[in-house]
Amino acid sequence: MSELGLRFTLSLIQIAVVVAIVIVTVLILTLAERKVLGWMQDRMGPMEVGPYGILQPFADAIKLFFKEDIVPAGANKFLFTAAPLLALIPAFIGFAVIPWGPDWTVEFNGIVIKPFVISDINIGILYILAFASLGAYGIILGGWASNSKYSLLGGLRSAAQVISYELNVGLAIIGVIILAGSLSLVKITNAQSGWFWHWYLFALPAPQVFAFVVYVISAVAETNRVPFDLPEAESELVAGFFTEYSGLRFAFFYLAEYANMILVSCIAAAMFLGGWNAPYPGTIFDLLGLPSLAWIENTMWFAAKTYFFLFLFFWLRATLPRLRYDQLMRFGWKVMLPIALANIVITSIAVYLFPNA
Amino acid sequence: MEQLVFGYFAGVIAVAAVLVVALRNPVYSVLSLLVMFFHVAGLYITLHAEFLAAVQIIVYAGAILVLYLFVLMLLNIKQDDRYHRQWRTAAALCLPLFLELLVLFAGADPEAIDPLAAAPMNSGEDNTRAIGLTLFSTYLFPFEVASLILLVAMIGAIVLAKRGIGGQGA
Repeated sequence: MSELGLRFTLSLIQIAVVVAIVIVTVLILTLAERKVLGWMQDRMGPMEVGPYGILQPFADAIKLFFKEDIVPAGANKFLFTAAPLLALIPAFIGFAVIPWGPDWTVEFNGIVIKPFVISDINIGILYILAFASLGAYGIILGGWASNSKYSLLGGLRSAAQVISYELNVGLAIIGVIILAGSLSLVKITNAQSGWFWHWYLFALPAPQVFAFVVYVISAVAETNRVPFDLPEAESELVAGFFTEYSGLRFAFFYLAEYANMILVSCIAAAMFLGGWNAPYPGTIFDLLGLPSLAWIENTMWFAAKTYFFLFLFFWLRATLPRLRYDQLMRFGWKVMLPIALANIVITSIAVYLFPNA
Repeated sequence: MEQLVFGYFAGVIAVAAVLVVALRNPVYSVLSLLVMFFHVAGLYITLHAEFLAAVQIIVYAGAILVLYLFVLMLLNIKQDDRYHRQWRTAAALCLPLFLELLVLFAGADPEAIDPLAAAPMNSGEDNTRAIGLTLFSTYLFPFEVASLILLVAMIGAIVLAKRGIGGQGA
């Protein structure tokens, strides 16, 4: 096999593994969300399918797969079909630059690959932001193509909301980029090794606590989750932009929403909480004399941090009521944006005054 | 190979740009503009300007074009194709520009206009750093002027919007 072919095959294997992990996580999340919500509301959650309800995600998938696929009368058929794909692809494509584990290189038949990141490009975080900003197209076009006023209003709300909060996400992570001096997620994560006070959430000279809070709130808003789920406010808009969708196309929107949640959680873990680094220097496997197994510990730390954020999403959903639309916009532009800008100024001054801290 | 990639990007950019003005449905026009922005970003990547490519997508495709779509949806598209009767004006505008292009290309050194002959910039992190350094040293004054103009436009838009509301209320 030629070198190009081999490289291509290895990349395809990596992509398949990452996509499989993301889809399995989505399956787990759909069950976990209902279980967590159930416990928080003193209920059991789904209990019927399988022991303790653990097969519920598969039942849901089968149901969605066999549902009738309805295209409403007067809908724009091309865009109605394209919109779910436009929502799904940007949600998955960002995982290409997430470092899941240690920055190792493996040589295979003369080809050097990094097993825990599909592509270590030097503008990693900008790449994710670029594709995340395209997710809005799926929502807006889906809302417009449905030929329904509920869908259209949901799509319009979503457009304004995603643009407003995307700005805050971008500005919140600039502080971390200034500290790390790099846009590559691999380098940003590597720079946070050692004790947990090297994580950029706590790191001197400029702990990114405020940026972290702004990022988490804006990420919840950008993924259209409670308390910012205005685009799909069921009391006003039935189901918002996907009111008219059914069957597999609805499943695509559903998958995109959960994949986006996982993506923003991974970014939060990698940029603010040290990514795959353990809160102590090195790993326990290293101390036991098994350095080749250290990646298990590192990936587990990454998974734990990511799942902490995903739990936060459920927790917020069980706790907070939905904001009103004007409150949402005022909060984004008049509270979050000034905090994010002030954080950039303070971080820049701190890094200028203490370049070696 | 490089010629092939460049040919693909350039061809799609040209076709999509024509479609933006030729299609009857404004939503399809916006979508062809989206396709065009993507291929322009692809062209930047072939020139090792990854930072520029990412910014192209974030700013143009992610923010400006979403606003275009936003405005389009508030209009009643089905009855509103009066903007497609302007090909005479468009032709009158495009002809001098095209002639100017011909004159420029005819007078130029053929080596100088070959996009692939241009020396590629340093790949790697240096690209982002190089843009930053150039922008904040050599081109600092134009950069500041551009930000000032944008700020003026922003304040102007806010003033106009506020006045409209006040006039209706009074």
